[in-house]
Amino acid sequence: MTMTLQNLAKDQPLLSVQGLSKSYGTRIGCADISFDLFPGEVMGIVGESGSGKSTLLSCMAGHMAPDAGRVIFDTASGPRDTVQMAEAERRRMARTDWAFVHQNPRDGLRMGVSAGGNVGERLMAVGARHYGDIRDTATDWLGRVEIAADRIDDRPRAFSGGMQQRLQIARNLVTGPRLVFMDEPTGGLDVSVQARLLDLLRGLVREMGLSAIIVTHDLAVVRLLADRLMVMKDGHVVEQGLTDQVLDDPQHAYTQLLVSSVLQV
Amino acid sequence: MTDQAYNFAYLDEQTKRMIRRAILKGVAVPGYQVPFASREMPMPYGWGTGGVQVTAACLVPEDRLKVIDQGADDTTNAVSIRKFFQRVAGVAVTEATQEATLIQTRHRIPDTSLSAGQILVYQVPIPEPLRFLEPRESETRKMHELEDYGLMHVKLYEDIARHGQIATSYAYPVKVEDRYVMDPSPIPKFDNPKLSNSPALQLFGAGREQRIYALPPFTHVVSLDFDDHPFVPSKADHACDLCDASDSYLDEVIIDDQGGRMFVCSDTDYCGGRRAAGHVGRLGEEAI
Ligand SMILES: Nc1ncnc2c1ncn2[C@@H]1O[C@H](COP(=O)(O)OP(=O)(O)OP(=O)(O)O)[C@@H](O)[C@H]1O
Ligand SMILES: [Mg+2]
Ligand SMILES: [Zn+2]
Repeated sequence: MTMTLQNLAKDQPLLSVQGLSKSYGTRIGCADISFDLFPGEVMGIVGESGSGKSTLLSCMAGHMAPDAGRVIFDTASGPRDTVQMAEAERRRMARTDWAFVHQNPRDGLRMGVSAGGNVGERLMAVGARHYGDIRDTATDWLGRVEIAADRIDDRPRAFSGGMQQRLQIARNLVTGPRLVFMDEPTGGLDVSVQARLLDLLRGLVREMGLSAIIVTHDLAVVRLLADRLMVMKDGHVVEQGLTDQVLDDPQHAYTQLLVSSVLQV
Repeated sequence: MTDQAYNFAYLDEQTKRMIRRAILKGVAVPGYQVPFASREMPMPYGWGTGGVQVTAACLVPEDRLKVIDQGADDTTNAVSIRKFFQRVAGVAVTEATQEATLIQTRHRIPDTSLSAGQILVYQVPIPEPLRFLEPRESETRKMHELEDYGLMHVKLYEDIARHGQIATSYAYPVKVEDRYVMDPSPIPKFDNPKLSNSPALQLFGAGREQRIYALPPFTHVVSLDFDDHPFVPSKADHACDLCDASDSYLDEVIIDDQGGRMFVCSDTDYCGGRRAAGHVGRLGEEAI
């Protein structure tokens, strides 16, 4: 009996989004979005500017209250609708099980705190109380995102945009979250810096078996990182499927346009 | 000799009731910052109007009041607050810690142990211990609500990373009854252990920031630290040059143009009491 339940649990989605909608007055942010994300899966969300990607991500991550719908997360005590959770509980869960990488590293970093302090904060938030251990872990994570150990006491202000973004990633992943939300993690960076960051992210995703939802308008990002893809337009999902299938054989006219405009670049 | 232009202790009874309600709430939830509608007092904010309002709401005619600033009864700030309450409440005053029923203080906890029935009122400039790294009030309130205190340790982490040790020596943050993180006001960290398990009632008033918080008697208070950088309530490694006390908080005083210096108790009543009892420090006789 217990066995069966455990097996069932393994087949359960990590995140199940059902009928999620959010409007800003009469303007649609996102409308009736549903999908499942399974453990270890990376879902890409693409679409032109204003198509509702950030709105959807914010509603899923609990930064914004949706007008309707459910966001069911497979918590330690079983699947729970995080929309209905008390804020205290949702935040507690968010700081242990979730991570959120902002497009602008300034929104996701403490600019007045050293790189080591930035990485250590989540550790301390979940109870780490040994300075030496915290510092060792921070050093290790800086290395994993290719920041030299001797920069550990520098503030993020002294870092380049790409370094800041890598620091934000380290700060988010240090506690081993089960689900990572990313909004345009490579946006605003030079192309060569983007490529390096993408490589790094791909390595971390594979190595850690991360489950992630990545919003981007850059098809190269999803091509590299995402197992599955959702294409949004005017707040609606117009097409979804395996990344390669959608990109190589787009069915919806809008996706075809999106893919071809990328190929022209 | 109460000045009849004022109600007893300056504030009107409605205001005192409002402040007492905030105090009671603070006592019921130790370490929690209770908002209150701070009133204009006939002195600038820097003079401790929060503490003055708390004192005014607690005073009864039978009280014997002591006021100290940095441990001393005779500084300008302490003298004017004491005079203020003599004028508007007509209460008895004292410099002896043991004899006082209510002590208003800025920057120190007396070195003489407090006893049951006494009230210690602290003047607080910035009540929010999380303020330095998170300026948004809405956020810090949420952090307290959710016990989301990682940030507090980030500050201590930064201290060690920069200075090799926890360099915070005043307003050293504490956790109250394993729940709320609290700013003990800018007392030296040497005084922190005295916050815990005190038989006296401790009340904290911040006028400009409109907050009151409290430690009821025998509240458990712990100074935050790391396992490998434990809290140390350090002070100057000397004995008092006047009374030879080795267990009191010391001020360093320059005594001549040649750079000569002496260490003396910051708590003048404690020092005077010891000297009266015959204790003599290194420079004791000369200085008297
Ligand atoms: N705070 C807001 N108030 C009003 N309308 C908003 C707000 N935020 C977003 N919108 C609108 O909701 C729609 C979806 O916006 P959203 O930011 O989710 O798009 P996006 O896909 O993330 O765009 P981009 O690629 O430019 O980041 C747009 O029409 C946008 O104008
Ligand atoms: Mg967006
Ligand atoms: Zn002395």
